[in-house]
Amino acid sequence: MRIWHSKGGKVCRVWVSAALAAGRLWREEFIMRLVRRVAGRRALLAGLAVVFPVGMAMLAGVMPVQAQPAQQPTAGAGQVVTVYSYRQPFLIRPVLEAFTRRTGIKVRTAFARKGLLERLRAEGENTPADVVITADFARLWALKKAGLLRPVESEVLRKAVPAHLRDEEGQWFGLTKRARIIVAHKDRVKDGEIARYADLAAPHMKGRVCIRSGKHPYNVALFASMIAHDGRDATRDFLKGLKANLARKPQGNDRAQARAIHEGVCDVALLNSYYLGKMATNEKKPEQKEWYGSLKVIFPEAQGRGTHVNISGGAVVKHAKNPQAGQKLLEFMVSEEAQRMYAALNHEYPVRPGVQPSELVRSWGELREDRLPLTEIARRSREAARLVDEVGLDH
Amino acid sequence: MAAASAPAGRGGGLRLLRIGALVAAGLVVLPLLAVVVMAASFSDALPHLWRTVMPQLALNTLLLMAGVGISVIMLGCGAAWLVVRYRFPGHGIMQWALALPLAVPGYLVAFIYTDLLEYAGPVQKALRELFGWQGPRDYYFPEIRSLPGAVMVLSLTLYPYVYLLARVAFMAQSASLLEAARLLGRKPWPAFFAVALPVAWPAVAAGTALALMEVLNDFGVVDFFAVPTFTAGIFDVWLNMNDAAGAAQLALVLLVFTLLLILLERMARRRRRFDTAGPRAAGRGWRLRGWKAALALAACLLPVVLGFVLPVAVLLMHAARFWQESLQQGLMEQLFNTLLLASVVSLTAALLALVLAFAARLDGSATVRGAVRLAGIGYAMPGAMLAVGLLMALAWADGLINDAARAWLGMAPGLLLSGTMFALAHGHVSRFLALALGSIESGLARISPSMEAAARTLGARPAEVLRRVHLPMLRGSVLTALLIVFVDSVKELPMTLLLRPFGFSTLATQTYQFASDEMFEEAALGALFIVMAGIIPLILLVRAMNAPSSQSETARF
Repeated sequence: MRIWHSKGGKVCRVWVSAALAAGRLWREEFIMRLVRRVAGRRALLAGLAVVFPVGMAMLAGVMPVQAQPAQQPTAGAGQVVTVYSYRQPFLIRPVLEAFTRRTGIKVRTAFARKGLLERLRAEGENTPADVVITADFARLWALKKAGLLRPVESEVLRKAVPAHLRDEEGQWFGLTKRARIIVAHKDRVKDGEIARYADLAAPHMKGRVCIRSGKHPYNVALFASMIAHDGRDATRDFLKGLKANLARKPQGNDRAQARAIHEGVCDVALLNSYYLGKMATNEKKPEQKEWYGSLKVIFPEAQGRGTHVNISGGAVVKHAKNPQAGQKLLEFMVSEEAQRMYAALNHEYPVRPGVQPSELVRSWGELREDRLPLTEIARRSREAARLVDEVGLDH
Repeated sequence: MAAASAPAGRGGGLRLLRIGALVAAGLVVLPLLAVVVMAASFSDALPHLWRTVMPQLALNTLLLMAGVGISVIMLGCGAAWLVVRYRFPGHGIMQWALALPLAVPGYLVAFIYTDLLEYAGPVQKALRELFGWQGPRDYYFPEIRSLPGAVMVLSLTLYPYVYLLARVAFMAQSASLLEAARLLGRKPWPAFFAVALPVAWPAVAAGTALALMEVLNDFGVVDFFAVPTFTAGIFDVWLNMNDAAGAAQLALVLLVFTLLLILLERMARRRRRFDTAGPRAAGRGWRLRGWKAALALAACLLPVVLGFVLPVAVLLMHAARFWQESLQQGLMEQLFNTLLLASVVSLTAALLALVLAFAARLDGSATVRGAVRLAGIGYAMPGAMLAVGLLMALAWADGLINDAARAWLGMAPGLLLSGTMFALAHGHVSRFLALALGSIESGLARISPSMEAAARTLGARPAEVLRRVHLPMLRGSVLTALLIVFVDSVKELPMTLLLRPFGFSTLATQTYQFASDEMFEEAALGALFIVMAGIIPLILLVRAMNAPSSQSETARF
């Protein structure tokens, strides 16, 4: 009792009386009325009163579970490989499941579109991540620049992924390809009217072009590749011409551009190839098939340097706890089996030479791709994003 | 003001309150501090933007804020006043129906309206077929992907903040105040502008501030409407220019701007007091008949139909078509996760907001008031940025723990704080505390200091005053705080994505999978679940606030 009356005890007494007071208030205000009208509107308040302690207890219960995976054994069948993914889980789940079936290694993913790089950096050597998967190469390049990746020495990966689609030091690898193509209305645009990206800025396209925001990563990457090929000034002139040719302010997503052509807002647009494939095969949304039906596909620069391609890619994290399993996952993702799955499910181009794209994708014609190393493009993406600002493309 | 009423000899409870408030504010401000750290390295993003698109971004942002600010005040106050002061057919339903648009995630409403009203959308297509127009040059139709379009959709989703707060304020207004105005010859609406609105202003201002902070942190909606705002600039610098420091600097500029706005508003009303919560609160309301009743009902119906009925109808249509694609395993688990998280977050936020608001009122020192202000502005920052801030802070703490463990025990426990439910709940509370604080502070401002003085004179200690005077009178405000935080936590996306534990998904994260891959129709079913998870507490709490509470609104002495 001496403690109770000491100075520290006074603090305790205040807390105890506060708790009692809170309890009394709770009783008076809520519980008593709950008793009075059992099925009344207080039910929810009482429900919350129950949920709160239960919830707290569950939070406490979840925490140790979360701490556990860091101590995973690094060998044996019970292995787990942890993936931070910028790509939607449902896009890669079939491939990851196939990987687990083949190797017995389980995969768990954390998906976010923003902030995974910062997360890796903040977690440092304590990170649970083994592998990062991204939807474009600019992010991979940024991860490498931040020193968050580790070089992977793998004959399998080097053979399966062409040199221009991977990092020269083996820090990241392309897993699938998509071409930044031009789609045009099949009647309103005559053959030969448009064959190069630069034609989008030509005078005869005035008022006929639709694009999504110039700040979208896919567009920024394309503009960066133009800087790499033609230089900054030529690219600025191109962007100015493009802005002058727009039928409407840059807006909407990739599919929205196809819809706009179908509805007659404009005649040509930039699109990622796999969206076209998804629209063409959309059984549940026949209107998208109609959009697709009024389009023709143009592979820009087919006569010249080749069509700009982007990749989805992967890398092993520098502080990976299980780098071998991470490497195995990447190797599996470029295997014939996985590459075929990607091609069939998602209408992406396989990176692995010798694996064919889907029949639909083949029907568009041969893709002759720009072979400039993606690294060369990535290092210019900041400049490209700034050019878009200077020209005021989105405004 | 009330600081003087805390005699030095009995400051124990008060000191405790102050410490509690500072700790609470510290935890909430932690992610903001991390963003400050992030901003403290070189970046030339600001000069670049300044030279190029900054004027346009700033102008867009200001116009958006002005437009949304004016509309939410008009919609929210008008609706609240109608519902509290008048009786008309459908009045009972309107009371809670007017809050419904809060439950629909803004980016989905944005998608639905741009999809419906753009040139290639069904509305214009039908018009073209009807009148035989050939192309866009044959007729005029307002461009939906524009600033006015964004103002419309943001106002429709955000006016409930003002409505809910103003409604509580109007309900607490002493009926005699308005009766006096009427007796002195004012007609109902002039009485509203001369008496009721000025008296309810702290609540209206708080609600508007919340709506505007949401406008500032929003990216999804303005992206749909192709209106580049300041926040779009932040994400551009961060992700396209790969410059997190520059983005953090921009975000801090945004915060300072918000803080200035809030301080300005407070200074403007510093000399006035609005402590009108009296014993004869609310009253019965004036009965409307005939065309006036119809007009009142129509005025209430308009925002409900546009902000809730229509979007939900479209979602239902899509869900009916695509339920097989979108019906994934674990929907029940996600629903449970969502509700659990929202319950814990809303209760914690309300509790912390009470502590902070009481501390600011009773202690009133510059430190405490400053801490409370800071704790309430995190909402203006884009959620993804705040999430990165919290991540950095927690990972830093984890790093310390691991280093210590390695040194002493020779083994590392891995991440104990980051990627846990605790981190997730912490993030949500940091983000949404502003919502609870706004509601509770404006409620507290209605309570006259003379009540405290009377209670203290009668021998009640500060804790007792809080318990027996303030808390009963704050009931409506606390319920509103719980409600707003709950609904917003159900909808929350960027923080949940980044902070959640492995394998933990909520309705919002599941829905986003589809939505972020241009598959909004497939996202509809999940969105409906989000709406449902928000609606149930919404209806229950709004009705609970209506419960006869005049006894509890009177201090029991």
